[in-house]
Amino acid sequence: MRHAIDPGPMAVEDITPDVLLDKVTNLKYKEWRLMQICATKVGEDRYEVLYTFGHGYKMFSYRLTISDEDKINSITSIYDIAYLYENEMHDMFGIQVEMINIDFKGHLFRMGRETPFK
Amino acid sequence: MSLAQFSKTAIRNLFHKPVTEKYPFVPKEYGERTRGHIENDISKCVLCGLCMMRCPSHAITVNKAAYTWQINPFSCVQCNYCVEGCPKKSLTMKNTYTKPDTQKTSVVLKYSAERIAGEEARRKAMIEKAMAAKKAAEAKKAAAAQEAAPAGTGKAEVQ
Amino acid sequence: MSKISVVPFGPQHPVLPEPIHLDLVIQDEKVLSAIPSIGFVHRGLESLVDKRDFKEMVLVAERICGICSFGHGMGYCEAVEKIMNITVPDRARFLRTMFQEMSRLHSHTMWLGLAADAFGYESLFMECWRIREKILDMLEMATGGRVIFSICDVGGLRKDVPDEMLAEFDRRFAALKSDYDHVTEIFLNDDAVKSRLCGVGVMTIQQANDLGCCGPFLRASGVRRDARMTNYEAYGELDFEPVTANEGDSYARCKVRIGEIYQSIDLIRQCIAKMPAGEVQAPVKGLPDGEYMMRIEQPRGEALYYVKANGTKNLTRFRVRTPTFANIPGLMEIMKGTEVADVATLILTIDPCISCTER
Repeated sequence: MRHAIDPGPMAVEDITPDVLLDKVTNLKYKEWRLMQICATKVGEDRYEVLYTFGHGYKMFSYRLTISDEDKINSITSIYDIAYLYENEMHDMFGIQVEMINIDFKGHLFRMGRETPFK
Repeated sequence: MSLAQFSKTAIRNLFHKPVTEKYPFVPKEYGERTRGHIENDISKCVLCGLCMMRCPSHAITVNKAAYTWQINPFSCVQCNYCVEGCPKKSLTMKNTYTKPDTQKTSVVLKYSAERIAGEEARRKAMIEKAMAAKKAAEAKKAAAAQEAAPAGTGKAEVQ
Repeated sequence: MSKISVVPFGPQHPVLPEPIHLDLVIQDEKVLSAIPSIGFVHRGLESLVDKRDFKEMVLVAERICGICSFGHGMGYCEAVEKIMNITVPDRARFLRTMFQEMSRLHSHTMWLGLAADAFGYESLFMECWRIREKILDMLEMATGGRVIFSICDVGGLRKDVPDEMLAEFDRRFAALKSDYDHVTEIFLNDDAVKSRLCGVGVMTIQQANDLGCCGPFLRASGVRRDARMTNYEAYGELDFEPVTANEGDSYARCKVRIGEIYQSIDLIRQCIAKMPAGEVQAPVKGLPDGEYMMRIEQPRGEALYYVKANGTKNLTRFRVRTPTFANIPGLMEIMKGTEVADVATLILTIDPCISCTER
């Protein structure tokens, strides 16, 4: 009624891992903030990684689809707060993320078993 | 004077009656909707096992062979989901909390002796009926096979 | 200048309500930097989607945390409803908004108490929790649970709240305002409180934006952003403005939360006044297929609920990004340059909820 801000349907763009850093840098220059990064297991040895960004009340996501062996680049050089999400992703799903600024090397979460969501 | 802000409250509290209740001496009054603990009216229960399947914390175990319904009240999270799904409405949510205990005991409910006897008789009757039906079906099948056999051989001869 | 040393802080500490571990790099009494370490209470609730069907997951989602419990259930339900195109009945929308605001109210009151406890004001702590108990009593009356309500369901609510009870709540909330006046006056004006909060842990508006902070932590730095403005549930039909402060220090965070307490009481009373009649549960047919990212405002800030379904009764993924997770980098930033004695108070000013964070 009063505030006409409608989030609408979920906005996602599928991209390939090699253009990830370019696209994210672009958003950073447009002053978007990082909201979350999460991984989803979508089949045997297939994972989706969702990077969600926000600007005001707008939300937008980039999606990568990767396999077990693929290594993805860390975006901590652009958004340095991403280290928590990337470490979480590594701990839970065993996704290999390269060049994180603070790398916990699988010790962010203290769990009885390695990569439980894999 | 911002230093003595709290003194008003402090002085009032000195002469005020306590807001807490003397619990074991004054019994606690529970609200009508309070989710306290689960009770099962075993005389209505048909041991269908839906509550066991629905329970998010695996607190309920139903054993059809032994005619028992078992709940571990210390695992129960009082979500009311089993009560909503009970087809015979034998489960109810009572508004008193689970009684504290020194160890994690469980509550086991069993059918009465007469009901077990009745169930056993019913089961036996059902098995007998099934056996009879099976026998009849087998006999019918054998007869059909006998009938089909000459026809089959006849066909082979034609070839 | 003395040498630099590393001091572990937590996970067991008198001031911490929940376990979080920090490695503080200190020189003399000054903190140079801090490295967070979490994971002491990880339970893996998100992975239960494999074993529980999508309706049962509401109950699991609610049990992620004791304080923001209703919001977790509601955020999950909203996301599933968006996927399945279910229109929630008006009465259920207003009741959900009311319960969410009541959760915010008791969470902020609890925070005020914990903050008072952290800077050594025991009697104020008890005063705050005494008020909170009144809210919990109301919640138990309406839903049956003190902190975990188990009332939210996909498509609406499990049970209705009768109008007489709502009228009674309205009366009680009107009376509650004077109780709060009493306590908040001490928080805002007492010298003992001010000396511990004013000018401690300052966060600038630029830092708050860059570090992706959310909730009262963000709004205390002057950013006017509140996820309730995105019109989910009945918020679009209620009259409110985000509460902000400009100082960015601990005192400002306290001020924002106190402002939100009054705002919540106001919103609850608006909800009760505008409460429509009718059903509270819409029929749910079929199974979810698709994905949605839902954003709601929890007492501690903006929470994200990502639900991905594949047309079976079990979901593919359920992910919660809790406000505390987003606030940890901000917390590390405000620690820099503060006294070691202030670290405990600073951790509390972001209102950490670690069991939410680790799920």
